[in-house]
Amino acid sequence: MKQQLERILQSVQKPARYIGGEYNEIIKDKAKVNLRFAFCFPDTYEIGMSNLGLHILYGALNDVPDVWCERAFAPWGDMEEEMRRSGVPLYALESGDPISSFDIIGFSLGYEMAYTNVLNMLDLADIPIRAADRKELLPIVFAGGTSCVNPEPMSDFFDLFAIGEGEELDLDIVNLLKIAKSEGWDKQQFLAEAAKIPGVYVPSLYDVSYNEDGTLNSVLAIEDAPKVVTKRIIEDLESSYFPSKTIVPSTEIVHDRVSLELFRGCIRGCRFCQAGYVYRPVRRRSPDFLLKKAKEALSDSGYEEITLSSLSTSDYKGLNELCDNLIDWCEPRKVSLSLPSLRADNFSMELMAKVQKVRRSGLTFAPEAGSQRLRDVINKNVREEELLESCRVAFEGGWNSLKLYFMLGLPTETDEDVLAIGELVNKVLDTWRTHAKNRSRGVRIHVSTSCFVPKPHTPFQWESQIEMEEYSRRVKLLRDNMKSRSISYSWHEPDVSFVEAVLSRGDRRVGRAIEEAWRMGGKLDSWSEYFSFDRWTSAFDKCGLDMRFYACRERKTDEILPWDIVSVGVSKSYLESEKKNAYDGIITPDCREMCTGCGADALLLRGKCDE
Amino acid sequence: MNRLLMRKTGDAKFLSHLDLMRTMQRAFVRTGLKIKHTQGFNPHPYMSFALPLSVGVESLCELMDFELDEPLELACIPDSLNKKLPDGLFAVSAYKAENKFKNIKWLDIFCELYYDVGVPECAAAKIQNIFSKSAVVEKRTKRGTAQIDIFPLINAVKIECATEKMLSIYARISAQEPSLNPGLLIAAVNKYEKSLTPDFTKMERREIYDADLKVFR
Ligand code: SF4
Repeated sequence: MKQQLERILQSVQKPARYIGGEYNEIIKDKAKVNLRFAFCFPDTYEIGMSNLGLHILYGALNDVPDVWCERAFAPWGDMEEEMRRSGVPLYALESGDPISSFDIIGFSLGYEMAYTNVLNMLDLADIPIRAADRKELLPIVFAGGTSCVNPEPMSDFFDLFAIGEGEELDLDIVNLLKIAKSEGWDKQQFLAEAAKIPGVYVPSLYDVSYNEDGTLNSVLAIEDAPKVVTKRIIEDLESSYFPSKTIVPSTEIVHDRVSLELFRGCIRGCRFCQAGYVYRPVRRRSPDFLLKKAKEALSDSGYEEITLSSLSTSDYKGLNELCDNLIDWCEPRKVSLSLPSLRADNFSMELMAKVQKVRRSGLTFAPEAGSQRLRDVINKNVREEELLESCRVAFEGGWNSLKLYFMLGLPTETDEDVLAIGELVNKVLDTWRTHAKNRSRGVRIHVSTSCFVPKPHTPFQWESQIEMEEYSRRVKLLRDNMKSRSISYSWHEPDVSFVEAVLSRGDRRVGRAIEEAWRMGGKLDSWSEYFSFDRWTSAFDKCGLDMRFYACRERKTDEILPWDIVSVGVSKSYLESEKKNAYDGIITPDCREMCTGCGADALLLRGKCDE
Repeated sequence: MNRLLMRKTGDAKFLSHLDLMRTMQRAFVRTGLKIKHTQGFNPHPYMSFALPLSVGVESLCELMDFELDEPLELACIPDSLNKKLPDGLFAVSAYKAENKFKNIKWLDIFCELYYDVGVPECAAAKIQNIFSKSAVVEKRTKRGTAQIDIFPLINAVKIECATEKMLSIYARISAQEPSLNPGLLIAAVNKYEKSLTPDFTKMERREIYDADLKVFR
């Protein structure tokens, strides 16, 4: 296989992504390990290696002496073609061994558009795609990651799902499989035992029935499988595995730098944001701990850039202290610090100015909605004055380019709200006119809109997505009313968002359509070169499934939802009350101001959220 | 000027020139050796390579110039670097150098041509023949393609049937001004002796020389 591979690598684009051998790659002696784990990322190397979760789990698993975790990514089309032509199966970068020879295969599911890649990678590995067709104990094929908060659409394909944070959960699964291997269990026995691990969902242990109208009638657990699977979290982020020694790719990837995870969870409670609900409660690391780890990670990797990662960086208590100390360390070493996901407030702008000393990065704000009314509906607590004030500081500080993100199709949105985006952007432009440091250089304001996708486990999980034509109408309305040479407007096409809406709130039947879409050639769907809307509609048609039933249907709050089987810690009644608040335009205070009782604190064994 | 002699072999041949630069910059940071940075808004470590290598070609003689911010025993550098490099990159030696890269004139390239059903008869002689006179092949340039005669750019060439399935070409070719992409040697074989088109080719840069054919360091 080695020579075959060498041959095909000479004819494909960017061969460096298929060779492994990077600095800090982990090589173990096959003879000395008891369990081989293939970490499969269902997207390209460049995307997968930019994913912090991959580095954390790779490190945590390889910390176990008798487990060897290796990596595989989705090949680009040209490589896949060559692999299929020369009979090279999907292989692990570390050993070059075929994925089919591994004991356990774990996929990281971060977004729905990667679903077809999972099937394609399994097929490329010569592994039957459906769980039911894999009768033997090995390999066990499972998934973890954010998309698993609704596991149902992919439940035909995975033996089990790991719900929540994987550092401890994956090890529990791996340890059980070691026992199963050594005692010669069959697959059924293993799955029945695995279902007892908190956070593990085994879809084959549930019977699902539907009503006439297509909604769920019942989901019954077979034997003692749990009625609800509650996600796992890491309670103490300082004693769990921290990725300070990570693989440094030799070739260019998307996020090629140290990513310092400040905290998990978010105190804000934006009602459209799935991450904000499914990663609760907030758990933080201390500035001292982070500074120490940042130094370790930078020294070990040799990276020239570090970024602070979390859902809302400005909310980190101790951000100032951390940044000051980081800058002191980074500046003489020519390491740059970047701060993504800042809020549009004053405090953040001061920070930006400080960070600028090392290197200036782009400035992006996401007001999400144009009118204050609609921002209250979605609980995005950024006031117009705050935003304009931040812009003033930025323009005075010499920035002359700014990105503004909005969503169209949010619940209750009217044409007035759409037009309010244009008005807001014009006010930003006015702010520049009055406060720009150097007006002769001009200004560029990039406005971008996407179509809102209602997501499971959010207060908007019952909402209908707006029709694609309606989205396009609103885009046109905005475009016609936001004309200036300094403003550039770009919008995401609604077809991808529509498919995303279908897949994210799908039930088990949707799996058939995913399989069909893949059989019709679907893969790399998050890449516009490969995405085909027609393919998706034909696949659903062929399966007799109505995509609009999943995307554009308002659900009653007493309907059984496919993802009710999963609890992320936030109670359904809380989501319901948040939905009501949204429609009443009532703002919910952030968790720091006041706990509003979402229920996620029950995931913590001791202490409170955000301590 | 400080110079590093290094190898780029095995799968590392698939790293691009840019990949190699970035990897070396980071490797230096990992060792803790203080390397001089460029000035300006976006400072990066100063380093410069002789003769960028094409993706897919191995090399036993890559040269890289760099400057240090602190006085240091150069001899220790390869050892520290080798602990911090990815597979396939290997630092051989570090030393003070005076000779400028522009004085490089020739390089040795070793090509292995593989034939799945065995090396065709008289292949060596036929290939030797191609290179003993004017041979015009198409060369890709920034603006499309151009025709070039590779004959004047070849100083010496030796063809051997190394194994039943592999034939080797050892050629000394012009390294710069103008440079000859070694891939064009194979292109010439494909053009003038179509039946000798190999199924698979490997190439390795073996040595570099100045105009007087003295090994360049
Ligand atoms: S329990 Fe209270 S403080 Fe904790 S995440 Fe929920 S609302 Fe916020």
